[in-house]
Amino acid sequence: MSYIKLESISKSFKDDKVIQGLNAEINKGEFFVIFGPSGSGKTVLLRLLSGILLPDSGEIKMENAVINDLHPEERDVSMAFQNFALYPHMKAYENIASPLKANNISQDEIDSKVKEIANLLKIDHVLNQYPKELSNGQKQRTSLARSLVNRPSVVLLDDPLRNVDAKIRFEMRLELPKVLKEFNTTVIYISQDYREAMALADRIAVLYDGKFNDIDLPKNIYEKPSSLTTAKLFGDPTINNFNAVISKNENRVIAECNGEKIILQRKTSIENGECIVGIRPEDINLSNQQTEESLKVEFRTKTPLNLRIVFLVKLSNGLELLCSMSEEEAKNIKEKEQLYVSFKEDKCLFFDAITKRNLE
Amino acid sequence: MKFNIWSILKIFAYAAIILFFLFPIAWILNMSFMTNDEILRKVPVLFYEPTLKNYIGIWEGEISIPGFATMYIYFKQNLINSAILSSFSVALTLVLGVPAAYAFARYKFKGGEDIAFTLLSFRFAPALLIIIPLNLYFTQIGLYDSYIALIWVYQLITLPLLLWIVRGYFEDISPDIEYAYRLDGHSWFQSFWKISIPLAKPGIAAASLLCFIYAWNNFVFALILGSSAIQPVTVGALAFITASAIPYGLIACGIVVSVLPTLILALFIQKYLVQGLSLGAIKG
Repeated sequence: MSYIKLESISKSFKDDKVIQGLNAEINKGEFFVIFGPSGSGKTVLLRLLSGILLPDSGEIKMENAVINDLHPEERDVSMAFQNFALYPHMKAYENIASPLKANNISQDEIDSKVKEIANLLKIDHVLNQYPKELSNGQKQRTSLARSLVNRPSVVLLDDPLRNVDAKIRFEMRLELPKVLKEFNTTVIYISQDYREAMALADRIAVLYDGKFNDIDLPKNIYEKPSSLTTAKLFGDPTINNFNAVISKNENRVIAECNGEKIILQRKTSIENGECIVGIRPEDINLSNQQTEESLKVEFRTKTPLNLRIVFLVKLSNGLELLCSMSEEEAKNIKEKEQLYVSFKEDKCLFFDAITKRNLE
Repeated sequence: MKFNIWSILKIFAYAAIILFFLFPIAWILNMSFMTNDEILRKVPVLFYEPTLKNYIGIWEGEISIPGFATMYIYFKQNLINSAILSSFSVALTLVLGVPAAYAFARYKFKGGEDIAFTLLSFRFAPALLIIIPLNLYFTQIGLYDSYIALIWVYQLITLPLLLWIVRGYFEDISPDIEYAYRLDGHSWFQSFWKISIPLAKPGIAAASLLCFIYAWNNFVFALILGSSAIQPVTVGALAFITASAIPYGLIACGIVVSVLPTLILALFIQKYLVQGLSLGAIKG
């Protein structure tokens, strides 16, 4: 059963339509990641959910009740801000205790709850410090502690790992799901790092230009993106794509691109004709050995990226392709000699040449 | 430190500036402990027997200067008036101005900028321009010669000042901090009271002090709109100049006494004042 429901939510600022008719259903206890590039409307959407902003049209429902008109303090929602938004004149302890104080809880209980969450997030030693005395990682943990201490039914996290350094980000990426599981709360998490989204999410919603492109399991979004836009957002280096004319032949697809015939080992239901072929860099085989389907390529350059090596090669028709492989595999590639590429079986994607939607 | 001709000249320049600004004050302080005869000597004396006669005179409201008739002065009442007028003006300004400054900083509403500018423009208009009509109004509605009238008119001076200084402070506070507090479950008013006001406190303190000084120093409104019963020190000091005598010692003493309250207040809020003047103006 859906816990939070968005029904054609729209929000504009003057002529700028930031959010355009969003629909989504979020389940209770789900870790729901809203992913999108900067400027796609993620933060605005989160602010609509929290009640800081009001939608121009549409309904936000929580447990089937419309909450559009509820003020932030009336919604059972808490939020951790990207810029932490700690109260500079209060110590970390008072920052974390703030949601408890709003609920008239006894001092003893406040004390035990604050200590418990501080312990869990490993900030119990800095509770007596002011925000300006905390490191970025501690600020971020304090802000998270504040959003969780009251065990709200929904936690909104606005890219909380954005402003912390890489080491803490990695630590938190491992730790956060564990902490959040303990609270058994519904999490709506904003991210613009696809790896973070895939690592944390039960489901991902891809927000692009104020609309949801996809709402699906992380694996599905990576493997079967609904559009070329989504495919491009997920993956680093980004997916190779080129226009080609498709003709089917038994178990094979022949994609003709600028006079070069690329043979794809793949069954498909799409019709013959023009489309965009997408293939991820890791799904291209690069080798010095020629096979039946392989194509001659010219070596351009290579660069290391996240423990993998990325090669840029050029087909004889001028098309440039990125392919990536592990460092081990890369050792066997002799760049000075003739190189060949072939596409891994069943891996390429077909998109409509005009609408860029996935054709399958 | 390296001594060259420039650094020596610089020291002299500083000394000259300090002397220029502080000498009159020092001289007045000096004069307030002298008798009229000592002050009026052709060659000023550096060494004299200090007397508290002037201070006692001001306190008792009665002073006799040799060779002249006894003077009766109401300076003590003037001081009390100044204190009443300035404190209540600042208090009223805080009550009206802080929420208004917050509104101008946080909410964009139709005509908001125009209202804010109109309020600021009160500071451009010379007081003399409005004082005659105001005098007529106040006489008609029966407010002439009342504290309320003066406190009301003083808002023309203090309200715009506080509004524009404090507004800058509120603008510097990230709205996210207030939202965060509301998401914690606190009402709008609580977030204003517990978050916005404490964070803008340096600005509010500095602006209040400036307002107090401006209100304290005002002369023309009180001169026209009230009788001696409610007039502050600035106007009250006029009474020292009479046809029969100009008691310089008494005047100097009056100046010292009337500067003292603002000086003490300024020292008290000094740390906020310096921070306030620089922080509110420059936005990061």
